[in-house]
Amino acid sequence: MPSLSTVRRSAPTAPPSPRATEPVPPTGADHPATPPAPHTVTPSVDRPVLAVVPRRNPWTWVGVAGVGLLVAMFVNGLATNPGWDWPTFGRYFATETVIRALGTTIQLTVLGTVAGFALGLVLAAMRLSSNAFLRTVAWAYIWAFRSIPLIVQLLFWFNIAYLYQTISVGVPFGPSFASVETNDLLGALGAAVLGLALHQAAYAAEIIRGGILSVDEGQREAASALGIPRRRQLTRIVLPQAMRSILPNAANEVISLFKGTSIVSVLAIPELFYQVQVIYGRNSRVVPLLLVATVWYIILTTLLSVGQYYVERHFARGSARSLPPTPLQRLRARWAGFATQASQATRRPEQAVR
Amino acid sequence: MTAVVDLRGVTKSFGGHRVLDDVDLELAEGTVTVILGPSGSGKSTLLRTINHLEKIDRGQVRVNGTLIGYRQVGERLHELPERDILRQRSRIGFVFQQFNLFPHLTVLENVVEAPVSAQRRRRSEVEVEARALLARVGLGDKAAAYPRQLSGGQQQRVAIARALALHPDVILFDEPTSALDPELVGEVLAVIKELARDGATLVVVTHEVGFAREVADTVVFLDGGRIVEQGPPEQVIDHPAHARTRAFLDRVL
Ligand SMILES: Nc1ncnc2c1ncn2[C@@H]1O[C@H](COP(=O)(O)OP(=O)(O)O)[C@@H](O)[C@H]1O
Ligand SMILES: [Mg+2]
Repeated sequence: MPSLSTVRRSAPTAPPSPRATEPVPPTGADHPATPPAPHTVTPSVDRPVLAVVPRRNPWTWVGVAGVGLLVAMFVNGLATNPGWDWPTFGRYFATETVIRALGTTIQLTVLGTVAGFALGLVLAAMRLSSNAFLRTVAWAYIWAFRSIPLIVQLLFWFNIAYLYQTISVGVPFGPSFASVETNDLLGALGAAVLGLALHQAAYAAEIIRGGILSVDEGQREAASALGIPRRRQLTRIVLPQAMRSILPNAANEVISLFKGTSIVSVLAIPELFYQVQVIYGRNSRVVPLLLVATVWYIILTTLLSVGQYYVERHFARGSARSLPPTPLQRLRARWAGFATQASQATRRPEQAVR
Repeated sequence: MTAVVDLRGVTKSFGGHRVLDDVDLELAEGTVTVILGPSGSGKSTLLRTINHLEKIDRGQVRVNGTLIGYRQVGERLHELPERDILRQRSRIGFVFQQFNLFPHLTVLENVVEAPVSAQRRRRSEVEVEARALLARVGLGDKAAAYPRQLSGGQQQRVAIARALALHPDVILFDEPTSALDPELVGEVLAVIKELARDGATLVVVTHEVGFAREVADTVVFLDGGRIVEQGPPEQVIDHPAHARTRAFLDRVL
């Protein structure tokens, strides 16, 4: 049966690859005159050696050229248009007030994320519980906090002292044992963290619940057939697998919370966006100062995205037969490839084809 | 001799559809029971009632004398808290048709997980035993692999090692070879046969009649949620008394 084998075309000096070598047929009446040399291939008509050429798309290059032009125009504008006012940008980019404000922004993001996802996990577990009461409570929470605009909620917590001047611990409708001034307990920053976390929890709960539902029912069943305790089933078997679909959405949430912290500027908290506004309120250099905030947001979002890549990779263990290399590994492998090619090129030709 | 598994009047409906109808079954220690029956006859449901993956409507299930899933108070059975049911399950091995290995854990971690978390045994001790079990099912060199790096037959053998690690009183197999390529069926059946030789108590739902004839002490034929007949393989497979059994065997043989 004739079969076509695709063979990488090798250098002209290369000896024929052993796969392409046909075993020499036993000499019979067909080949009486010249016995064939042992290592020659007769490129017979029915078994040509075919080279493989990868598909190319010429439109890609048109696209690259077009986008490249636009980028070049934009960069040129950034460099030449005096409106961007780079000296002012440089003066304020790393000043102490800006860095301190950035710290507040990061603090709000971290606290909002940690508290939000912790509460979200509890809510997700409640929504998936077999207990109708827990399910309903979680559903109502999510409904309420997704319905109320974040800014309204923040202002509400900020002004809570107007409704409740003191918070007391005691018997409901009875005597109280201890009480504190609400404003002492919940400053502006506390109100912001509380508001962000409660808001975030509602969204996190749905993301986590979606992730848990995406895990095959057989996993839960196998775990419970093995007698693995309930909480362990969640933490060891279901959640690590759910992480694969939770993470991209969770990363979205963290990034949007990070930038969304700018909303707490309504509470006069000196986070990045508020601080930048304060500065351009004084010196009227609006554009370069907005640029200061933007560049910081871009830098931190980039770091988060890189972190996301590696965390996702961690949770992809066992999902494929082997994980693809990271961009860094790929770069290193390519570099190593160039290096060996270069060193081979300097060797003698018969070694080079090996 | 006390029965390891003892079902009395087990009845179960899904909606209005009665899937198990007054099933009585007693399995002695060290015996192999093969359950045969057409698709939809309730074989999986029967197996799943034994470890309470499926709740029952009426009747009782005992393993080594212990009532499974319920606590008897007078004339009534009250369902146990989940914690207690999980503890009972860790004494009953279950091997699924689709293996259901944990894909994000290595083969060794799959085997070690339940003895450590469900039976609270020492991890170091369980790991030594798990490696021995993996060697026993012919996978001594695969401890560090992830399930998706293995063939179906190898995965199912890991699942068997995972069940064995709990030292179960009985192991239940639900069509353990139905998801396998034909050439991989033999290696899994060979492992089950070896367990049978070593005196384990096994219940196997399968369509492999040859395996049933060779290994089973008792063959149970289930149809429409009822046990139509049961007995040694020479009787049920070679000389079935009921027309329904004969019709089924004609189809699968
Ligand atoms: N969770 C379920 N809900 C509703 N019907 C079910 C469920 N599980 C099984 N059944 C029905 O019960 C019957 C027996 O199912 P099963 O025990 O899986 O049969 P077998 O394993 O013998 O093929 C089938 O008719 C099936 O459709
Ligand atoms: Mg079945």
